[in-house]
Amino acid sequence: MTLMKFCLTESCSVRTRAGFQRGERLSYDLLLNAVMAGLLLGGFYAAVTVGVSVSFGILDIVNIAHPAFIILGSYIAYIVNARFGIDPIVASIIALPAFYGLGAAIYQIYYLSFEKRGQDSLRGLAFFFGILFITEVALVLAFGVDYRYVQAAYTEQSWHVGIVDLPLRMLVPCVMSLLMLAALQLFLTRTFTGRAIMAVAQDQLALQLMAADPIRIKRIAFAISIATASLAGAFLIIIQPVEPSIGRDYIGRVFAICVLGGLGSLPGTLIGAMLLGIVESFTATFYGPSWAPAVSFGLLLLTLAFRPAGLLGR
Amino acid sequence: MNATARSGTFILACAIVAAVVFFGARAVGNDYVYFAGYTVLQFIVLATAWNILGGYTGYVNFGTAAFFALGAYSTVFFHKSFPLPIPVLVVIGAAVSGLVGLGMGYLTLRLRGAFFSIATLALAVVLQTLVVNWNYVGGARGAYVIRPAEVAELSLPYIQYLFAIMLALAVIAIATARIVERSKLGYGFATIRDDELAAEASGVPTLKLKLIATTLSGALMGMAGAPFPYYIGYLQPSSAFALEYAVNSIAMPMIGGTTSWVGPLVGALLLGTLQQITTVTISSAVNLLIVGALLVGFVIVAPNGLIGLWQRVFSKR
Repeated sequence: MTLMKFCLTESCSVRTRAGFQRGERLSYDLLLNAVMAGLLLGGFYAAVTVGVSVSFGILDIVNIAHPAFIILGSYIAYIVNARFGIDPIVASIIALPAFYGLGAAIYQIYYLSFEKRGQDSLRGLAFFFGILFITEVALVLAFGVDYRYVQAAYTEQSWHVGIVDLPLRMLVPCVMSLLMLAALQLFLTRTFTGRAIMAVAQDQLALQLMAADPIRIKRIAFAISIATASLAGAFLIIIQPVEPSIGRDYIGRVFAICVLGGLGSLPGTLIGAMLLGIVESFTATFYGPSWAPAVSFGLLLLTLAFRPAGLLGR
Repeated sequence: MNATARSGTFILACAIVAAVVFFGARAVGNDYVYFAGYTVLQFIVLATAWNILGGYTGYVNFGTAAFFALGAYSTVFFHKSFPLPIPVLVVIGAAVSGLVGLGMGYLTLRLRGAFFSIATLALAVVLQTLVVNWNYVGGARGAYVIRPAEVAELSLPYIQYLFAIMLALAVIAIATARIVERSKLGYGFATIRDDELAAEASGVPTLKLKLIATTLSGALMGMAGAPFPYYIGYLQPSSAFALEYAVNSIAMPMIGGTTSWVGPLVGALLLGTLQQITTVTISSAVNLLIVGALLVGFVIVAPNGLIGLWQRVFSKR
């Protein structure tokens, strides 16, 4: 299981570790490739994290079930791809409205059961944990624990720019993810609804005075955050084979990035994601991929201990 | 009667109940009773331990599996290097898990509660990574811990011995929870749960209390994990770090009620027994789905658990 997990950096790490053991000097070739792999990985991590940046960072809803929705997105992309041969990213765009609706419904339940009663901390966390667990078990019951993967025109191609390898299965998700982040950032800063979302956690009363219903704004924001999981899920299954429980590995990563970048800041999310991507890529290259999950946690603990506001914290 | 004498009476009552359970199980005379009973008792310890932090202070720990596995893997370590009797291993497991709890708490408890919860969730992933990469305790392959057939000194079949140990741990956990609940410490915990800022402002040493709760809770979870390798016989990272420990230890207090020691006990007995039945009759995946659904259902519909429902029915009369 663990062997498959980090196949994204595997090919490069096997080669480089062998080189390392033979006592070769650290070459620019190797270093550059590790940095590049980290940046591509980081781009993808930004897509995985952006939903949590909105729900946890802006709305203060600790949605630890987010990775489970991403895995759900992966499986939907997988089903559509396997049955109709549609590109997984196109499939995930088709599924966006469904995820948006799911997010709106979950927020409504969350609001009525916890936020309204003022019990959002303890029970809200337990609620999302329950959802995480239910989604995972339901996927196991429906699809089993086999790894699933998708096929697209670009999954097995690679570009070579000078000495740098750019596998398209990493490059395509990374570019799409950057586009998604840019679109979200424009939405949040340039539209009325977007600005209202940024404002809702800070001053609900002021928002009401501007004739915007805070509950509606929060519902829209949370629905958007879940909708991003559809796309992120498609990216994930393009990058690596997916089985229901791998979502857990992303919980640490997602929150590490979110905290590292500074809560509620999308540029911060991108920087945090790139940093984690590079650190993980280096860990995988020089110590072996089985150590990578520990990296995000170490980073998370260090950030919490020394700079809880994050790099670009508000 | 003063408080100490009352606690003494309570512990005595618990011990009597435990003895009745043990000899009751012997009277049934079927080994399955011990295997199933051990699991239910283990859940009682885990749920009670979780509740000391989660229910009393309001800080959610998602890392039950991590603390449990720390106990289990310290046993594996000593089994390989220096075999010790289980009661000693239980103490070691408690010490290791308690220390890790203290360290984690120190790093994250000064911040908002959500950060602590996230850190505990990540702790499970990291400890699992460490264990997977640590070949001495079996690595990803897992480790065999062969259970002796019986305890020679007591001429007791080994599974009965394990059952008795878990029974004793359940008594210790429940007694600890009740003593904490009724002490000054417990009132301090409650002030943190209700309004941490106000508590801090009125001079309650909140960080210190939270650290005590995390250490205590972690130590009890480690205790529950220590005999586990002998029970299961073959310990692999994915079974020691299974997410179901975390879900169960949260679901049980939530379903029973989080404010007193009775809640986790009731929740663990009900849910633990239900799971034994569904695992045997339907399948273990379905049983996990039921636990998840019950957890979500209860936090939405009955936020104070069965105890809360009970009290509501009573106060209406």
